[in-house]
Amino acid sequence: MARVEIRSESCKSCQYCVKFCPKGVLAIGDKVNSKGYEYSVPVNMEACIACCICARMCPDAAIEVYK
Amino acid sequence: MARVFMKGCEAIAEAAVRAGCRFFAGYPITPQNEIPEYFARRMSEVGGVFVQGESEVASVNMVYGAASMGTRSMTSSSSPGISLKSEGISYCASARIPMVYANISRGGPGVGSIQPAQQDYFQATKASGNGGFEMLVFAPSTVQEAVDMTYKAFDYADRDRNPVLILADGVIGTMMEPVVLPDAKSDEEVAAMKEAKKDWACVGHKLDYPNRAWIEPGHWQTSDMQRANEEAAAVYASWENEVQVEEYKIEDAEIVIAAYGISARISKSVVDMLRKEGIKVGLIRPITVHPFPYKTFDNINYGICKAVLDVEMSIPAQFVQDVSIGVKERCPIETCLSSGGNIISREAIIEAVKKINEKQGV
Amino acid sequence: MEKIYARTKTIQEDKVSGFCPGCMHGTVIKLIGEVLEEMNIVDKAACVLGIGCCGLHMDYIAYDNTTAPHGRACAVATGMKRANPESLVFTYQGDGDFASIGLGESVSAANRGENITVIFINNGIYGMTGGQMAPTTLIGMKASTAPKGRIAEEHGYPMHMCEILNQLTAPAYLERTSCNTPANVVKTKKAIRKAFENQLNGKGFSMVEIVTSCPTNWGLEALDSLTYIEEKMLPEFPLGVIRDK
Repeated sequence: MARVEIRSESCKSCQYCVKFCPKGVLAIGDKVNSKGYEYSVPVNMEACIACCICARMCPDAAIEVYK
Repeated sequence: MARVFMKGCEAIAEAAVRAGCRFFAGYPITPQNEIPEYFARRMSEVGGVFVQGESEVASVNMVYGAASMGTRSMTSSSSPGISLKSEGISYCASARIPMVYANISRGGPGVGSIQPAQQDYFQATKASGNGGFEMLVFAPSTVQEAVDMTYKAFDYADRDRNPVLILADGVIGTMMEPVVLPDAKSDEEVAAMKEAKKDWACVGHKLDYPNRAWIEPGHWQTSDMQRANEEAAAVYASWENEVQVEEYKIEDAEIVIAAYGISARISKSVVDMLRKEGIKVGLIRPITVHPFPYKTFDNINYGICKAVLDVEMSIPAQFVQDVSIGVKERCPIETCLSSGGNIISREAIIEAVKKINEKQGV
Repeated sequence: MEKIYARTKTIQEDKVSGFCPGCMHGTVIKLIGEVLEEMNIVDKAACVLGIGCCGLHMDYIAYDNTTAPHGRACAVATGMKRANPESLVFTYQGDGDFASIGLGESVSAANRGENITVIFINNGIYGMTGGQMAPTTLIGMKASTAPKGRIAEEHGYPMHMCEILNQLTAPAYLERTSCNTPANVVKTKKAIRKAFENQLNGKGFSMVEIVTSCPTNWGLEALDSLTYIEEKMLPEFPLGVIRDK
């Protein structure tokens, strides 16, 4: 069991997390944050293996990972 | 306290060490090389640091860094080098970092000449860097004064968290005179002075955001920048009481010489010489050239004063503009000037005084 | 469930960085903070920020910092470290700051072997001022002050700071890394840690040059900037340890 938590307000939609997630857990959602960015959201949380690659790649320290 | 015979530059350096200065960075330029050379020998004896920077720009920024850690720090240079330092000085003023620097000024503009001059007056008192900050600026006319001012400058710098400038010239810097040196601060006192700045010094703090040290030479928010400038302006306004001036025989003076630094020292001897001839001359000598002692000019007896004679080693004249603000058109102002490294002569001043005396009649 | 990757506490809890989407300044700052925490030296940290986008994180990080005049960070850091050797003093500078206006300060501090750490961000362009040509701009790369792209005959060639500093005797450690892939991010973090450890061990001047992107001024989407790093930047700026003594 693993889980990622994304601070939607910090996300700037660069998509690094989406690109590098090896399991396709994340995707850019259709909602926007207060700065106007369509933020990243988990779409397949069950597949998360807690590798933390998304969090490491995130330039905005928006992602935390639980296991 | 023993009297010692010292060269001006070396005496300034020794006074700084005695005031607790433990970091000096500088770069060679004539006529102030004896200051860095003295620190290079002396700092190791007191556990201080001397660095010869790769440029004036680097040196002043090393001082900005060292002073940001709470260490009493100093740099020095001469006119063209001071221009290069103006960047770092402005940063220190904006970030409210205490530091002391000396300008052993020489002829200008440009590379100018290596001989003594007073051509950096506007730069020293009006615009020592971008942004319109102000500093206490002291203008010594003897080596003893240079020593006393340098020693005290560190206290002013710490009190105000602001740069302080010793505006000397090549004469003060290179001549030798007997001086009485102030007592040296003990290692404990030096450590305590550094410790007292620990709250704001950039030495590293626990992760506690509001209490971190944040040295800010600028602000992203314009409202923060304005607030910072307002706070600095309040400090500048408090200097009204720091104004220092020497008035010499002006009560009955029919001609009052206005001069600072080495020009004032030469002029003072002229006052005595001319008084022996029956010409009633006096002298006003600003000791702080910023803030400027404008009010002292109210003490001139304008009922009998024929003219104020501005004596300075700058062509065109600069100091005269502050003098004229003080005089407020209550009498004419004449000038007696030299420039480019020529030290003003007594003869030239005497001639200028006599010219006024004759023109106006006795 | 246990939190296994936490946001570093060296970034202020309530802050969002001022950087553009995909800008790797944020990545590097995060890594610096993680290293400081892991080494338990946050309370020693004294960061000297360069001018430009580097300065955008002065109000983002939670440890001691100052801002140097443009290019002077290595001189300011020299003064700080010499005056207070127990602090961990590091500069954070971009390519305009470190390699152009500050070249004299950078090379001289390295040549003195100052016991400081330099984190040098190389994205080949001036960011904050709007995409002007940097000393590290690639041949043919367009910049607002080189609208036809960098032309060797007119502008010279990209400067390789690791290799330039490698000509000096004093520096202890010079490594070039990137943040364009997860593996490179891990390597960058290791390099930063090593550079900090060198300082604590009194080894002298250490510099980590990090090849990053500037999606905004490169005129690319963030994801495309990763490809640009891989295909254009890294052939010019090969990664690896250049000096480790």
